[in-house]
Amino acid sequence: MSVAGEAKPSRQRPLAPAQPSRKSRLARLRLHLANIYRLTIKELRSFRSDPTMLLLVVYAFTIAIYAAATGASTEAKNLSVGIVDEDHSDLSRRISDGLTPPTFKPAITLTPSEIDAAMNGQRVIFVIEIPPNFQADILAGRQPAVQIDVDATAAAQAFNGLTYIQNVVTDYVTQFITGREANFGALAKMVTEVKFNPNLKSSWFTAVMQVISNLTMITVMLSGAALIREREQGTVEHLLVMPVVPSEIMLAKILANGIVIVVSTALSLAIVVEWWLQVPVSGSRLLFLGGACVYVFTVAALGIALGTVASTMAQFGLLSIPVLLVMMLLSGSTTPLESMPVWLQYLMKTISPTPHFVIFSQGVLYRSADATIVWPEILITAAIGSVFFGLALYRFRRVIFNG
Amino acid sequence: MTGTVIATVERVTHRYAKTFALDGLSLEIPARYMAGLIGPDGVGKSTLLALIAGVRKIQTGEVTVLDGDMADERHRQASYGRIAYMPQGLGRNLYPTLSVFDNIDFFGRLFGQGAAERRARINELLKATGLDPFGDRPCGKLSGGMKQKVSLCCSLMHDPDLLILDEPTTGVDPLSRRQFWELIDSIRLRRPQMSLIVATAYMDEASRFDWLAAMDDGKVIAQGAPKDILAKAGKTTLDNAFIALLPPDKRAQHQEVVVPPRSDSDDQAAAIEAEGLTRRFGDFVAVDHVSFRIGRGEIFGFLGSNGCGKTTTMKMMTGLLPVSEGSAKLFGRPMAADDMEARHNVGYMSQAFSLYGELTVRQNLELHAQLYHLPSNEIEGRIKELLARYDLEDIADAKPESLPLGDKQRLQLAVAVLHRPPMLILDEPTSGVDPVARDAFWRSLIELSRNDGVTIFLSTHFMNEAERCDRISLMHQGRVLAVGAPKELTRARGKETLEDAFIAYLEDAAERDQGKPAPTPQTVAPASATAPGAVQAIAPRRFDPGRMWAYARRETMELLRDPIRLAFAFVGPLVLMLAMGFGITFDVENLKYAAFDQDQTPESRRLLESFSGSHYFSEQPPISSSAELDRRMRSGELAVAVEIPSGFGRDVAGRHAPEAAFWIDGAMPFRGETAKGYVNGLLLRYAQDLATEQFGPNAPSTAYLGRIQIENRFRYNQAFKSVFSMIPSVVVIMLVLIPAVMASIGVGREKETGSIANFRSTPVSKLEFLLGKQFPYVLVGMLTFLLLVLMALIVFQVPVKGSFGALALGALLYVFATCGFGQFVSTFTRTQVAAVFATTILAIIPVVNFSGLLVPVSSLTGQGRLIGLIFPSAWFQPISVGTFTKGLGFSDLGLNMLMLAVFAIVYFVAAHLLLQKQET
Repeated sequence: MSVAGEAKPSRQRPLAPAQPSRKSRLARLRLHLANIYRLTIKELRSFRSDPTMLLLVVYAFTIAIYAAATGASTEAKNLSVGIVDEDHSDLSRRISDGLTPPTFKPAITLTPSEIDAAMNGQRVIFVIEIPPNFQADILAGRQPAVQIDVDATAAAQAFNGLTYIQNVVTDYVTQFITGREANFGALAKMVTEVKFNPNLKSSWFTAVMQVISNLTMITVMLSGAALIREREQGTVEHLLVMPVVPSEIMLAKILANGIVIVVSTALSLAIVVEWWLQVPVSGSRLLFLGGACVYVFTVAALGIALGTVASTMAQFGLLSIPVLLVMMLLSGSTTPLESMPVWLQYLMKTISPTPHFVIFSQGVLYRSADATIVWPEILITAAIGSVFFGLALYRFRRVIFNG
Repeated sequence: MTGTVIATVERVTHRYAKTFALDGLSLEIPARYMAGLIGPDGVGKSTLLALIAGVRKIQTGEVTVLDGDMADERHRQASYGRIAYMPQGLGRNLYPTLSVFDNIDFFGRLFGQGAAERRARINELLKATGLDPFGDRPCGKLSGGMKQKVSLCCSLMHDPDLLILDEPTTGVDPLSRRQFWELIDSIRLRRPQMSLIVATAYMDEASRFDWLAAMDDGKVIAQGAPKDILAKAGKTTLDNAFIALLPPDKRAQHQEVVVPPRSDSDDQAAAIEAEGLTRRFGDFVAVDHVSFRIGRGEIFGFLGSNGCGKTTTMKMMTGLLPVSEGSAKLFGRPMAADDMEARHNVGYMSQAFSLYGELTVRQNLELHAQLYHLPSNEIEGRIKELLARYDLEDIADAKPESLPLGDKQRLQLAVAVLHRPPMLILDEPTSGVDPVARDAFWRSLIELSRNDGVTIFLSTHFMNEAERCDRISLMHQGRVLAVGAPKELTRARGKETLEDAFIAYLEDAAERDQGKPAPTPQTVAPASATAPGAVQAIAPRRFDPGRMWAYARRETMELLRDPIRLAFAFVGPLVLMLAMGFGITFDVENLKYAAFDQDQTPESRRLLESFSGSHYFSEQPPISSSAELDRRMRSGELAVAVEIPSGFGRDVAGRHAPEAAFWIDGAMPFRGETAKGYVNGLLLRYAQDLATEQFGPNAPSTAYLGRIQIENRFRYNQAFKSVFSMIPSVVVIMLVLIPAVMASIGVGREKETGSIANFRSTPVSKLEFLLGKQFPYVLVGMLTFLLLVLMALIVFQVPVKGSFGALALGALLYVFATCGFGQFVSTFTRTQVAAVFATTILAIIPVVNFSGLLVPVSSLTGQGRLIGLIFPSAWFQPISVGTFTKGLGFSDLGLNMLMLAVFAIVYFVAAHLLLQKQET
């Protein structure tokens, strides 16, 4: 250490003791904001130098979205159907041939005795049983019965698949009789029209819901891990020895992670959802991102609160997995919220911001709802966010100052 | 043992990434000696000891221990029972939640000792170490000195021929340190045939060794008896001898530390005045009525062991910890945690490096300058000045995480003085730093104190550092034993050295403290209760159920004492089952609909009645305009809107085809699809009714659709409720997530806490280790399973219709497979966090997407199907669904069970192949 040539004439003196500070509020606010700004820059620099987290964020907002949207879907597709044809007539063959891809896999021909084994072994989800003399009965004006066995444990496909099969059977029977397209609109012109997603493509839904899901997961993990890392390395103590207060540290973490995540979300929506997956987004993207800011604040506060409950990264992992799963599953982003028991709907809408953000996002992105329609959801999200933030601040102080 | 050499090291080079820990080192360590390796941290002592103990894999060179090659697995296998290895760190290889007795007992089991033998040996060891009153106390609640004694007991359980101790006394108070060495001496008296190799950073300890090797930068710079080394260097203390023996270029950097006397000018005013300062954590009193006064410009030292309250006191002085009782004044101003301005008065350096490793040196300085609100035009100049003063210019743009400890320390000091505080609080600033850097550090402290008038309050456990302070305070168990100038304290006790004086004070304190019996060891070791050499007589067995059970038992005990993991195991599945059972439902009911009835005739109302009569729909207030219809659908309030134009009734009556529109919200496609199905079903019936009414029973074929009857049979789930398919699936998910994640932590934890050393240094085999560690998690998995089945029955009313035996056996095989999967993941992840996330992410995709949970396996194609089939869940799902809802039994599910067993074996074998007994 070079000591020579260092001349310091002034001795270091303490500040005047207990001088009451008469700084104006404005000046103090400026100081707070300056600290938050510095700390946010610091957080962003830390984030930039963590390749694992960077990779995780990139993965979560690109490949993970694409895989989820194109992978498993609840659309009835590739349905496995067995057919027991005891009629061997022209009509029964037509029905069998009418089960075409992509909705159906080629039907498997079964004998009556094979039905149980095939269904028990999950080789087929549906079995169509066509009785003997089926075609003859129809031509004779009798009403023969077709039986459709459904494996009702395949909850996602059973009902919709059954509807499709019924349509196929009635269509072919009607066609057979009349020799032309079914025309049951003659009596009444009833139009059923699906709004917002006319072809009911599940990838439209899954893609955006997956963005929300990953946004939630990454926000909780980033903000919680950022706090735990500082606690484990002792840097948070170092900050608190300086003229910095806990709320500034927390806000900086929320801000830095929030910026990263909202930007990633915007990019993901534009590049992955709209361009790669070709999902049309009808509403205002800006309004969505505005809502996302509020939501990210709320979820980041939750992440920090969890980060104060767990004392190590491993505990944080064990704690956050169930919390995140519950938040996502009970948010209406997987299955409809109104199918849940009413008490549970109220409970989730009170303790979790996710159902509100899901309603908000579905409104804005699919139904082009504007701010006048969705403002209550944002207000509630913000309210839950302030509670989380208060809780996190309380826990943070407790953990840091009480050892 | 034949020769006089216990270990020979030849041309050994060992590197971690690019840094050399050992650099072509050759050494012969004499047998039956207490041989010492001395040198500061990071010179390669630990690496060398680990290579000799066989816990680390040799990279290049040869290591011969106990007359055998340590690269040879068979020799190592035979040697584990003869070598004892105690890793660095206070009680690092102990299990903190287990009692002293259980910890030592675990080692006894690993060495295959019977219950009676273990008891006899443990009693003997506890008596000899003076730990017998503390047999039931958890190791985590012992002092550092006591932990080291327990660790030593563990090492001595099997009467080793070679005892390897890695820095056994670092951070221990001087009394406990002395007792520790006395204990070692008495053990050596009893077993003179035992050889010892000890590493230490305390030069003063090294004088008690029979033989020593001084190390620097992965090389030996001197070896021989201590007095020969002193003679060679021409010095009187080993500290000085070490510096004298360093290579010339390093030696050149060293300058003697001279402490000039203080001028009295500043003395009158106090920088710190503490009165009866007390801090409690629950019942534990960390700092007990401590009072002291530090004058301005003084260098004041806290001397004491780890855990004596030094750090807590310092944290209270910085405002980091609130004071439980008493008061403290800084420069005459009472301490207050929210006093932002007072913080400008203090510069703080914590015990461990606590700056941002991921920011560069310059960025760290900038951040601190900004947060202390230095005027922005001064920041650059100040940083430049500090970089020069603390010799950081060359590394200004490097990240501290890659820098040696000495550099980090200078950076921390630069940060602490950056805002020119009149006081510095430095918590063990020099621990782990080599003597040259330490002395350089001290010179800058002295300069700050004497030239700039900075008050310095520091803590240390090095005696020679304490001697440099103007005044010191001796601390023990939260109390101040004495305060004064080092020389005065030594003189007051009539002792030669400060260390002796400290020990005298400690002994007084122990005497005064009648309530707590001092752990004084019985220096006269009792006659050995067991036949010596009994252990060596037993040939190491390849597979020993006893050793496996030792791991299983210990892992279970640890698990039972960890509330977070227990909660994860048992509360987690309950919460998740509730969430999934209620949350994931494909039952679409209570669809909200509203009508925009512009007709308002009996006919239009009749059409609407078919909706209001269905339990699938729930009616909302009617719509009065198309704008309202649009708005309410956009807000998501309505799932279905019905629009009936005026003239509907007229058209029905006039047999014109009446028109109506049904709008369905497709935002959620699944719900939309189902809603469309319901609407079409209702319309079909309405049309049929209309036709029957208008044409009578013999309607024309074009209009009449009731030509055939379609009978639907919902098999396995007559009520067609989602819950019957969800609950068995939840069981599938839970039994992979919970046991696999827990098993994956099991191995990662040992790596992080350091207790993995026990696996590496004892005869336990990989097979025993893995099986033993799997046991508690399989048990947890099966308990979770029972809990889930009970909850399915009671909460969700989903009973097991088929064979419960088949379900249970399937679950057992599945849990074995998933635990094996967790262990497999943990063999290639480094940390617990990585293990948790990797296991979750790797498991959750095949389970949720490709195991028949959302999409039936029979509908999967190509890649998805393949991914599903190579993961056990796809094979357990038919067992779970089959037994719960389809009434299946063993005969239907044999293939699935067989496949699960295969998975369990494959994962186990993979983990066994990847797990390394030696560290690389």
